[in-house]
This record gives sequence, structure tokens and C-alpha cells, in this order.
Amino acid sequence: MSPRAALSAALLGALVAAGCATMSDEEASRRALEVMKASFAERGQAKLDRLDQDETQRLCSIPPGSALPKDVAGKLEKENLASIVYPADGKLLGDWKAGERVAQSGVGKQFSDDPKQPSGANCYACHQLSKQEISFGTIGPSLYQYGKLRGASAGIQRYTYGKIYNSNAFTACSNMPRFGHKGILTEQQMKDLTALLLDPESPVNK
Amino acid sequence: MKRSLASLLAAATLIALPAAALAQSTVDEIAKYRQQLQDGNPAELWEARGEDLWKQKRGPKNVSLEGCDLGKGPGVVKGAYAELPRYFADADRVMDLETRLVHCMVTQQGFSFADATRRPFGNGSSRSEFEALAAWITSESKGVKMNVRLGHPKEREAYQIGEKIFYFRGGPHDFACATCHGETGKRIRLQDLPNLTDKAGAQLAYTTWPAYRVSQGEVRSFEWRLYDCFRQQRFPELKFTSEAAIALTTFLARNANGAEFNAPAIKR
Repeated sequence: MSPRAALSAALLGALVAAGCATMSDEEASRRALEVMKASFAERGQAKLDRLDQDETQRLCSIPPGSALPKDVAGKLEKENLASIVYPADGKLLGDWKAGERVAQSGVGKQFSDDPKQPSGANCYACHQLSKQEISFGTIGPSLYQYGKLRGASAGIQRYTYGKIYNSNAFTACSNMPRFGHKGILTEQQMKDLTALLLDPESPVNK
Repeated sequence: MKRSLASLLAAATLIALPAAALAQSTVDEIAKYRQQLQDGNPAELWEARGEDLWKQKRGPKNVSLEGCDLGKGPGVVKGAYAELPRYFADADRVMDLETRLVHCMVTQQGFSFADATRRPFGNGSSRSEFEALAAWITSESKGVKMNVRLGHPKEREAYQIGEKIFYFRGGPHDFACATCHGETGKRIRLQDLPNLTDKAGAQLAYTTWPAYRVSQGEVRSFEWRLYDCFRQQRFPELKFTSEAAIALTTFLARNANGAEFNAPAIKR
């Protein structure tokens, strides 16, 4: 290595050590999207438009725990809240037994999944729900005794259905999918999950 | 193997215990099962096949890969993986191991890109050259400290893009890599999730890939790990040796710097 090359290598090393980035944050985001668009191929139901972010996804592409400014979070929650469509018949409680099956199933929306089959919610991947199911994840809070602790008033039913429909209406940048807003679950499936959480006979509340 | 089955059966007989105690003992039993797996790793079979593939004369030009420069000079395999991905002047781009292997298969052995990349991942009788080569080449970095340098501007750019991809939320489920790998001590079902934003978590995870997956009977490469995470993220299909794969690998490998490389490992 020539002295000049050695010097520039040392300088580069120092810049890296100082955390010097090549691109601005904005430029890096733009380049990352460009790179992703060229790096993924459409397969089955998973088309490239899955890389087109909506505003919530774009604003929430931040490290966990690095909260959005309060006003931005509030605006995002308001917009997501406005997206919630409640059932026309006004009934929010379905069948908890069907809800348990939806909570257990993790299929749906992957490029390897059959789009004709209904999607599951895979609640157990992240939440404890019933006492019997010991294979549960911990990304979300435990929902064991969810209804027993809260009751099943009209307000609680409305909040619970709404949270499943669009989690970001209540917590901006929640890790939980927006099951209704993004068309993952049907209205009936969301009613069944609401029953799983609130029905006194559900194993969640035993 | 018999012993491992026995411990799983032991876990299955604990059903009479209260839920919390049961969950804890199941986790303990799984930890024991993992420990017992370490006794013997079938990845050695892939390593042997990989070494053969490296030394065999193959391709239209009938030459071996022994002239391939993995970054430490032509034919130098020892310790090479611990410094990848890196910038290669002859290609003027940053490459991870798989991308560099394809480059050598094309430029030295004379394969077309399509022929070289026909089998990125193995599946039963359809075996992948890459998983075998990766098993052998990575085994030659065992005990070597991870040392991914970001000296070249293109390496720094790859790292920055990789970081953005890590936090990028998209698809029907709004998932990013960070959704599952951004906090310490979390699980999916009973599967522990490494926190890749934490130094220790990134080090432990990165230095234990590739791995022999007991549930699949295959050695899985790091590009496979990314490919299958994106499938579960509900993203489209990650292209083999794509720029996103290389950028994300650069981000994760660099974050593991300083840790001793310890793969091929064995995982459930």
C-alpha cells in the first residue's frame, strides 16, 4: 500500500469509527426501497406492491422503543381509528370455539400459502390466551383472563373488536397486525376472536 | 438421537403440572434437547461434500474453485468467512459468501449465472452446492473473531441500506425484521427470538449460521435464513444473491464483530 493509500484508509477507518455515514437518512431510505424492489420477486399472492408502504408503515419503520413525536403518533392513531368498520348488524360477539381455532392458526398471506384458504390470526404466536395452551409467545402481553378482568360491556366489546381490526388506532406503531384494516381476517373471524377474549365460557376467562 | 426423543417424551409427560410451571419445564426440556444435539452434528457431511466441491474440477472450463478469492487471496479459505461480506475490487461491489461463490463459478469455472444459481437451497434429493460449500467454508472460520470492516464507501452504503431494510415495515402484516428481533427475551410460541439490535444477541445469532436444521434434515445457509424470514414476514420472494440479501447480511455480520464464529451449528 502506498503511503497515500494508507493514509486514506486510516482516514476512512477514523470516519467509520466516528459513525460517519455515507448517505443522509433520507437518501438511505430511498436507496433501501430501490434495492428491495430489485431484490424481491413476485410469487403466488405475494406481489411487489407489498413493498409499497402506507403512511403508518413508513413512519413506523423505526427501532422498537424509539417513540414517534407525540403529535405524529396522535395523528396516526386518529387516522387508523377512522379506518375501523364495525359490523352492520351491531353484534360483536361471535363463537369463542371458532375464535380459538383462528387464534391457533398461523396460515395465510405467505407466498407459500393457498390464497383460497382463510387466514389465521396466530394470536398464540405472540400472546398467552388460555391456560391449556402452553405453547405461546411473549411479543405481546398475556391475554389470559382478558374478559374476566374487564367485563364484557358494550364499550369493552367495541374496544376489543377495534383493537383486532386496527391495533394502531390505539397504539401507534404497535407490533400487532391490523387484521381488519389489511384484510387478513373476515368480519366473522374478528367477532369470533372478540368472543374468545370476552365470553365467560371461553378458556381465556377460566 | 434416542436420548433426545426420550427428553421430548419426558416433556410431554409433564401435562399434569400447573400451566406456568409446565411452560417453564417445557422450555427447560427444549434447552436440554438443544444441548444434547450438540453431541454430533450431521453438518459434517455437508462440510465434506463442500470441500470436495471446492477442489473438484467443474464447469465448462473444468477448473476447481481453488483459484477463487474469498477476500484473503486466491484459494485462502481459513478465516475468510469471518470478514464477509466485503467489497471486491474485481467486481466493484460488496459480496456475501454465496454471491462471491457464484462470481467464481461464472468467471472461473465458466458456468452461466442461471446454471450456477439453479439450486440455492437443498430440498431432499435435490442438493444445493451452496449449502455444502457454505458449510465447509464457514467451518474454516470456526474460532475466528468476526471482523467485518466498513472501510470502503460501498461497504458503508451496504450497511446503511441493510439497517433500513431491517426496520422496514411492509406487507399485509406490517412486519419488519425488527418486529420479532428488536427486543430481548421474547419468544414466538416456544421459540426464543434473538434480539438482533443488541450486541450480544446479534453476535450469538450470526455466529451460529449456517446450521443443520433437525426439523428439515438440511444444512441451511445464511441466505436461506433471510429468505425464510421474509416468507414469514409475508414479503415477496427474496432473490438469491440479491443486493438486499447482501446489504442485510452486511448489517447483521458487522453487528456481530468481535464474537468468535461458531458454525455450522445445529438447531431444532
